[in-house]
Parts: sequence; structure tokens; C-alpha cells
Amino acid sequence: MNSSEGKLKSSSSELDLDRPNIEDYLPSGSSIQEPHGKLRLRDLLDISPALTEAAGAIVDDSFTRCFKSNPPELWNWNVYLFPLWCCGVVFRYLILFPMRALVLTIGWIIFLSCFIPVHFLLKGNDNLRKKMERALVELICSFFVASWTGVVKYHGPRPSMRPKQVFVANHTSMIDFIILEQMTAFAVIMQKHPGWVGLLQSTILESVGCIWFNRSEAKDREIVTRKLREHSQGADNNPLLIFPEGTCVNNQYSVMFKKGAFELGCTVCPIAIKYNKIFVDAFWNSRKQSFTMHLLQLMTSWAVVCDVWYLEPQNLRPGETPIEFAERIRDIISVRAGLKKVPWDGYLKYSRPSPKHRERKQQSFAESVLRGLELEEK
Amino acid sequence: MGNTSSMLTQYDIEEVQQHCNNAFSQQEIVSLYERFCQLDRNGGGFVSGEEFLSVPEFAVNPLSQRLLRMLDGLNFKEFVAFLSAFSPRATVQQKIEFIFKVYDSDGNGKVTFNDMLDVLHDLTGQFISEQQSEQVLTKVLEEAGYNKESLLVMSDFVKILGSSGLKMEVEVPVD
Repeated sequence: MNSSEGKLKSSSSELDLDRPNIEDYLPSGSSIQEPHGKLRLRDLLDISPALTEAAGAIVDDSFTRCFKSNPPELWNWNVYLFPLWCCGVVFRYLILFPMRALVLTIGWIIFLSCFIPVHFLLKGNDNLRKKMERALVELICSFFVASWTGVVKYHGPRPSMRPKQVFVANHTSMIDFIILEQMTAFAVIMQKHPGWVGLLQSTILESVGCIWFNRSEAKDREIVTRKLREHSQGADNNPLLIFPEGTCVNNQYSVMFKKGAFELGCTVCPIAIKYNKIFVDAFWNSRKQSFTMHLLQLMTSWAVVCDVWYLEPQNLRPGETPIEFAERIRDIISVRAGLKKVPWDGYLKYSRPSPKHRERKQQSFAESVLRGLELEEK
Repeated sequence: MGNTSSMLTQYDIEEVQQHCNNAFSQQEIVSLYERFCQLDRNGGGFVSGEEFLSVPEFAVNPLSQRLLRMLDGLNFKEFVAFLSAFSPRATVQQKIEFIFKVYDSDGNGKVTFNDMLDVLHDLTGQFISEQQSEQVLTKVLEEAGYNKESLLVMSDFVKILGSSGLKMEVEVPVD
């Protein structure tokens, strides 16, 4: 008998290694009818479960929901409110926005006029230089937050500078980083972006210690894991901030956490960020707008309101795998920030799912068909 | 957004409803339209195979390629008609017709042994050999009174599938 047990060669791609059982999350019932007892023609011809699942996915699926922008409810829908709204628009674009742009420009001037001298003149005195650069980065982030009138409420004890700890947070937009950075100068791991953001990344963020990765490179993952490990072991490196989702999600759902942050042998401190959509939806839908447009949108809204919770640090429990650890932390963060969990890998935004899932279903159906065949042969 | 306006008029909704034989309520059609526009990212007025495959839940389905052949290039009206078999208001006959169409890939109204073998292969992948699948299929066909050369038509499918409860329903989320 053909003993194709389906021993798939585990590929080294991100998508294969990271996930716990997706079947636990997907709608119940096997997608392929598993015939019991004697196999009949109707068992083979009835493909309705598989079709139902496919149609269900076409009509609504949990992955697309994660990346759907849900702007706040329009309130300007009647004849009295509309003029009020128009006044608001005028105020926001013609008064608030220039003021904010001015504040930001002043902030940049102050920052650069301090940062550049400090960076070059204190080359010898590393300790002092790092301290000052950290303070300056915190300063410029505060200016950024002020430029959107950020109303941020921080809950919980402030992160402390200790070795062997990493911070993880849910990810909605690149401004997550700015909001957290204004409180504590974290080192961060980011996707290298083009344009002016990339320039900022390579100059200023270098000073707080940043690690770059490139999503499209497969080998990149091992290099990055090594860099993460090195950084987290270093005593006077800034605490590392990681966004394990790997991509921006719309702040109503959370996608699977990549396990990289959870296998470094460090304490993991979860941070939950929840944006209040009352004035603006802070989700950066990178498919729809560039970061510049996103920032402009924020700067022309009334305010960006959010809550940040610094949650209790967690350690790997004995007998727990990194994936289980990641899921546990995701649970903690999702509960705190009111996010619904979905079983998908954020990178599926950019690539297809691995055939492993389909193969699992195919395998179980094939086995039951063959079992039916065996029964016949006896 | 291509040739589809971003708002559906009452006329449009009624036209679509008629086309799908009232399988969906007007609210459901509006929801489906939102979904269609969400999937049709480049706004061409139809959802391409690539855009369907970007839904991971659909891409991991063993029958996705087969369904893509039926779905590719459909405009919204045809899209709703396609999904009408999954409405709770659809009759068992309509559901069986849909299943028949999935099998009958060349659309000539007859399902051959090879058609059935192809679908079986989609569902079992590499986990069953050609020989075994032929064996199984021949056996169950013979038990049901057919043989390898039989060409099954719609009424055969009704006979085979019609007796026991066929569950094939999808709920359209309506906010």
C-alpha cells in the first residue's frame, strides 16, 4: 500500500514554522466530508463541505477584516451639523495644521542643532553621548506627538533599563513607535523603508540602536534573530521594542505573533496600545496610503487619542514552546486592548499561504477514503 | 472604480436580485457589493483570480483552482448568481446543480469518470495514488449501478445526492 505519510520537508520559510494549529481557529467541522463505515458514491461526490468553506471565505474572511480601515462614524450628515463640520474643516486645515507644522519644524531645528554637535563632538565620551542622544530622540518624538495633538494615557510602570528583556506591542501604524519612544528610548527592529523615512532610520535611529530586516529575504530571518539575541544580551543597549505581528493591523484584530521575539531567552514585557477612533482612525493602511499621507491625515485631525498599557513582564514557563509563549502574550495584549485574535500570519498580506494547510485536509480525507477501500477488501 | 459605481441604486439591486432568483435579500446584496468592491482592489469591475487567492482562507481550500475557473472575470451580477446556490433560500436542486457544474469542467452537461477522478485528486492531493483512486472510484460506481464508462448527467446527481440532507449554506454578514 502506498504509505505516503506526507512527511513534508519543513521549509525554512517564515510561514511554515511559526504557527500553532490553525484548525483550532477556523470554523468547526472538517472541510472535507469524512466518510464513516462503508464508502459510497455519494460520499465521494458530495463536495459540499469544501464548497461551503470556499464560499464562506469569498463572502467574508477573518484575514481581510484585519486590514480594513474603519474610519469613525460620520456625524455631519444633517443640515445643522454639516456647516459646523465645515467650520471644523476650515479650522483644522487652515489654523491647526500650520500651527502644528510650525511646532514640528521648531522641534526639528532644536533637535538637529543639538543632535549633530553631540553626535560629533562627544565621539570619545560614549556614555554621555548615548545618554544625550537618547534624551534628544525622546524629545523629537514628543514634538511629533504634539504635532498631532496626541492625547496618550500611559498605564502601568514605566519600562526600566535592564538587560535580558524585550518589549513587545501590537502594531497599528508606525506612530506606535513614536508614541512609545517619547516615554522611553527603545531600540527597535524595523523594516527598512525607502524615502525620507529610510533616511531618518539610518541616521537618527541608529543612535538608539536599531535592527533592520527585509521581509522579502528568506535568509534574513536567521541574521535578524542573531542580531536580536546579541542586542538583548548587551547590558547598556537600549531596551528592545519588537512588533511581533510584523505588519500594521487595524487595531481591532491581532494577527499571529512571530516567534522570533520569544526565543531569545529574555523576559518579555507586553505593551498594549489601543487607539480611540473618536477623532481619527490611526490605522496606517499601507496598501492605501503612503506614510507621508498618513502623517498629514493625522496632522489635520483634531487629535490622536490612545491608551498605552505596560503589562506585567512574562517569562517562558517550563515546558512551554516559544510559539505557545507567543500566543500567551498575544492573548494578554489582545484582552487588554480589546482585540480579536485571528490565526493568520501577517505576512500573508504579501504572499500566499503555505500548501501545508491544504495538505493536512487532503491527507485526512485521503486516509478515510483509503480506510473505506480497505474495508471493502477485507 | 472602473465601470461599477461605488453606490448601488435601487434599480441595480432589484436587477441583481432578479438575476439570482431572489436568493438574497436586498440587504445581503448590498453587503455582497461591499465585499465585491473590497476584493476588487484594482477596481476593474471584476475580481481576478489573484485577488481571490489573496484571501488565505480561500487559497488553502483544495477546490480553489476549480472554483477560480468558474469565478474568474465575473461581474457583480454574475458573482451574486454564483453564490446563490449557497443561500439558505436555495433549493436542494439548485445546490446539486452547482455541484454538478463544479464537476463538469467542460460544461457539456456530462460528468465523466475522469472528471470525478480529477475532483477526487484535488481533495486528496498527493496522499493517494492514481491507481488507488481509480480503484476506489470504480468500486463505488459499480456499487451504485454505474461503471467506468458511464456519463453522469444532472438527474444522476440528483438521484445520488438528493436523498440525504445536503448542507451547503453560507451566511452573508449584514451590518
